[in-house]
Amino acid sequence: MAVKDYIRERFFPHIWCAGCGHGIVMNGLIRAIEKLAIPKNDIVMVSGIGCSSRMSGYLDFHTLHTLHGRALAFATGVKLSLPDLNVIVPMGDGDALAIGGNHFIHAARRNIDVTALVMNNRIYGMTGGQYSPLSGRGILATTAPFSNIDQSFDVVELATAAGATFVARTTAYHVREMATIIQEAVVHKGFSVVEVMSQCPTYFGRKNRQGDAVAMLKHLRDTVHPIGAKAKDENSDFVERGVFVRKDRPEYCAEYDDIIRRAMEGS
Amino acid sequence: MKGTAKFVQGNEACVEGALYAGLKFFAGYPITPSTEIAEHLSGRLPRIGGKFIQMEDEIASMCAIIGASLSGCKVMTATSGPGFSLMQEALGYAVMAEIPCVIANVQRGGPSTGIPTHVSQGDVNQARWGTHGDHSIVALTASNHQDVFAITVEAFNISETYRTPVVLLFDEVIGHMRERLVVPEAGDMPIVERLKTSVREGVDYHPYLPREDGRLPMSDFGGVHRYNVTGLFHDMWGFPSDDPAVVHGLIRHLMDKIENRTNQLARYREFYTEHADCLLISYGSSARSARHVVERRRLRGESFGLLELQTLWPFPSEIVRNKCANARHVIVVEMNTGQVCQNVRLAVANPERVFLANRVDGSFITPTDIQRMLHLFQGKGV
Repeated sequence: MAVKDYIRERFFPHIWCAGCGHGIVMNGLIRAIEKLAIPKNDIVMVSGIGCSSRMSGYLDFHTLHTLHGRALAFATGVKLSLPDLNVIVPMGDGDALAIGGNHFIHAARRNIDVTALVMNNRIYGMTGGQYSPLSGRGILATTAPFSNIDQSFDVVELATAAGATFVARTTAYHVREMATIIQEAVVHKGFSVVEVMSQCPTYFGRKNRQGDAVAMLKHLRDTVHPIGAKAKDENSDFVERGVFVRKDRPEYCAEYDDIIRRAMEGS
Repeated sequence: MKGTAKFVQGNEACVEGALYAGLKFFAGYPITPSTEIAEHLSGRLPRIGGKFIQMEDEIASMCAIIGASLSGCKVMTATSGPGFSLMQEALGYAVMAEIPCVIANVQRGGPSTGIPTHVSQGDVNQARWGTHGDHSIVALTASNHQDVFAITVEAFNISETYRTPVVLLFDEVIGHMRERLVVPEAGDMPIVERLKTSVREGVDYHPYLPREDGRLPMSDFGGVHRYNVTGLFHDMWGFPSDDPAVVHGLIRHLMDKIENRTNQLARYREFYTEHADCLLISYGSSARSARHVVERRRLRGESFGLLELQTLWPFPSEIVRNKCANARHVIVVEMNTGQVCQNVRLAVANPERVFLANRVDGSFITPTDIQRMLHLFQGKGV
């Protein structure tokens, strides 16, 4: 199928600003699904609130646009009642890890077979540029006029510690790699987290003098390197990308099916 | 009544009713005095192939049942005051996106952590107005276990028929008290199954376009119709819209589908209400004490009656007005500062005749309490 066949054209144009990274992530996701040839009827996309969460409306899957931070809780209900469906949850950094932080760690702990895409542009875009739990210290935002004193989460470390069985990081610059990683994340049986570092030129970029979208993408290219790359030894501020965790652990829905079997046998 | 007799807590009667109605998915979080509902369902649901999950909080519980409802299951959660507060945002989502679901709130004393192991009926207004924005809601209650069972079945039926969340407002006394329950045989009580769309694959399905009878046939996730569900104002496809005509149309639809059916949705019991000089109005566990008083007074030849409300929202104003028309005194018996009393006063022609007999100290309101207050209202001293 062509990329166009995954899109609900009549609901375009989208709301994203020129230069936004979310469209690139959507493109990467579509290409991953196309490669996997999963029928559209077998995919449920559950999203929360924010710029990134609008993705669900634009894609021709079963789509559930929910509450700020709660997408994974809704997704848990969908997946547990219909375990055969593929459940994909695109989230922004604030959506996933501030208001939704509790659901994030608990979904990871249960290892429920859901794919979480954390589109990390380090800012609340829809409300106009406030700092998020991933903005990082020293960043300027409309609610941090003197610079941000909040420390950041590391999405990869957090997801790993919470029990996610597939954890990866990529960027909006590395589009082909992104599509491959998303592909693997969707297929992975268990809770998968893909952090996609992305650019918000409108708020994060302008406020922090990072230039336009192209300059921000180049910055991602220059500062985010493959796991184990020498570049990281030279500059500790550099970030690693790639697949960090890939392991087998009992998946929640499969475990519950076993409970049903035992209950029905009367044990 | 034919069926299986059991000696159970009210919370178990609710569980039996839910299973009878076809419950297949429950998500919840432990909280007194509702926890037994979750405990029993964790054992019962997997035996029938259903799913139980203990979520990380009540917010997640409410969200999970909405997700499961869209996937084709009849769903429920159960909680009490603080948990019910946490569920309010997602409850509003279920109103907006028209998701069938049932929320049992076994009331305890509030505000805040309040008095967790004691009884209250203080969440009546929260059930109506807890979530933000104009909306409508159905809230039901009952005073004995047979009725808890039946009203729980009703809650699922109403929820499926009108695609609305339905709140079951039980209370600690009902939840924890044990009495006899006869579970009817399958088929003895009508069950409303989910209305599925008959639109075939490839034909444009409008998930939010009501049929002529006002009902919205559903298509489960995973089915042949892919559509959008959102908490934003939306058009007939479920896509966000800020067109004033769409917004106005939807808010009217959400209000009218419930409010225009107030009499149809009214469930109540009445005891000697015709020509009652003194009419007591009560609901939930306090209706038990009210009924006791009415029976005793009638033995003494006094003209007492009881209207026991089971539907609290939409408030059955017209029915209350008619039942109160000939009463000299109307006494509302409840365990809060007058949440139903307020609505009775709004409903009747002579609000100055409406009195409140209440307790708000965590203690159950007894027949003796009501008798003492009656003396006051009737000007006879205590």
